Amino acid sequence: MTAPLLAAIELRKRFGGVPASDGVSLTVSPGEIHALIGPNGAGKTTLIAQLAGALRPDSGRIELAGRDITALGPSGRVRLGLARSYQVTTLFGALGVLDNLALAVQARSGSSMSFWRPAAREKALYEQAAAIVARIGLAGRESVAAAHLAHGEQRTLEVGLALATRPRLLLLDEPMAGMGPEESARMLALIQQLREAEPALSVLLIEHDLDAVFRLADRISVLVSGRVLATGTPAEIRADAQVRKAYLGEESA
Amino acid sequence: MARLRPGAVVLGLVVAAALAFPFVMRAEGDAYYLSFASRILIYALAATSLNLVLGYGGMISFGHAAFVGTGAYVSSILLAEGVASAWIGWPAAIAASALAALAIGAVSLRTRGVYFIMITLAFAQMTYFLVNSMKAYGGDEGLTLPARARVGGGIDLDDAQTFYYVALAALAAALVALHRLAHSRFGRVIRAIRENETRAEAIGFPVYRYKLVCFVIAGAAAGLAGALLASHGKYVNPSVLHWTQSGSLMVMVIIGGVGSLWGGALGATALLGLEDLVANHRVAWVAALLPNYPQHAGLAVGLVLLAVVLFAPQGIAGLLARRPR
Repeated sequence: MTAPLLAAIELRKRFGGVPASDGVSLTVSPGEIHALIGPNGAGKTTLIAQLAGALRPDSGRIELAGRDITALGPSGRVRLGLARSYQVTTLFGALGVLDNLALAVQARSGSSMSFWRPAAREKALYEQAAAIVARIGLAGRESVAAAHLAHGEQRTLEVGLALATRPRLLLLDEPMAGMGPEESARMLALIQQLREAEPALSVLLIEHDLDAVFRLADRISVLVSGRVLATGTPAEIRADAQVRKAYLGEESA
Repeated sequence: MARLRPGAVVLGLVVAAALAFPFVMRAEGDAYYLSFASRILIYALAATSLNLVLGYGGMISFGHAAFVGTGAYVSSILLAEGVASAWIGWPAAIAASALAALAIGAVSLRTRGVYFIMITLAFAQMTYFLVNSMKAYGGDEGLTLPARARVGGGIDLDDAQTFYYVALAALAAALVALHRLAHSRFGRVIRAIRENETRAEAIGFPVYRYKLVCFVIAGAAAGLAGALLASHGKYVNPSVLHWTQSGSLMVMVIIGGVGSLWGGALGATALLGLEDLVANHRVAWVAALLPNYPQHAGLAVGLVLLAVVLFAPQGIAGLLARRPR
């Protein structure tokens, strides 16, 4: 097996005595789509927050490509190639789609401690932003303020912003949250396209839509009560008796 | 050839009026209003610097007087100690205020929301009491300066007209700098942070560092305003650091327009102009109703602030911009 791109080792995080992460260990390999599933309250969002650097674990270690990043903040991790999308849409609402993306491009291209030269004249920022617009299928919506986009478009831009940072690992926190079946299908297609265009890109996907998860993921980890109950291929997870008992229920048997 | 935009015409008229003002006043033989106009320019500079933090950066700092006061005191102490040159006193004031902003910002910017408001207020009050206890430099009685700072090169700051132009140049430089900054890479990051701090961090901007740099730049500009203010009055006392000063600067920004280039200048003009109007231009019928009203300019300011918040949340700048272009 190749060395993992991301390794979480024995992460523990308590909120006032309640363990949200109770010794979580997880690896994501290069080029892998790894899905994280689990019932509500299993600690998925807490885990993502620790992986992205928004929360510091009480104990445990996080490594990206062999480097210990446990002490690094979110922006530092982004620059090492670990980007995320949010479950609750988190965009620059007053800015247009293209400006949103141009900011993300700006964040990774050169210093932004530049106080005099107008950024609007930097063609490269906007060319790269436009390329992302095309890639995520928002062409024609470039100048619409993010706050005025339809819900599905906002979710797409959410992924686009993470993508614009040129990540090696994409953390997608319920990208299909609140979407109708048609929008969900489009998001599913987008994630599949991403991996075809960039085979080296790894994705850690949290998603409630199990159909989507079983179709997309190379491996699945099941999180229950702050612990990883099982990790395996979709077929293995489907067949795992413990998982079925704890989470999947009998109807998906 | 580029067409002349209405905005450019208005800007030209404002600049022309500002340049012509001393000549009009001299023709009128009125020394008071020239000095008063200089005071407005200095406060406009201070309010503009606060607007960078408050309006562009979204950081609700309730302690901006600390930086104006630091600049005022550093330049005054240098003058009292015999360092008359503005070329030393003013850069020293700017540097000291920038350092104060660095220290205060480094701690305060680790907090958010109401805590940030309170901690900046607390730091400013600490500097206020610190200066109050500096007996060698007047303590609570303040410090009277032997003269205004000296610039050299035939420029005499003791001349009211010259001082006015120096203050005008300082404000103009600040406005040009703010305009450039707002559209620069840095300005975009600051705006993005105001818009959504979480997202700004999540696309790779170290938010804390950008906020701190913004805070320091604003502190430095406030320091220059302080130095000018001390030279203007040839006197400085601890009230320049009092929290009500921070409040006044905030009121100026809110009345003028939070986050708009001209907000600080418009707000300073409106607030100081209104105070002067109430205090020095007795209106007979109001006086018949409220005999002591000129001593309570704050009431008028309060009413105007109320009206702005309710009916013009973008301030005067917002009202002006609403016209068709």
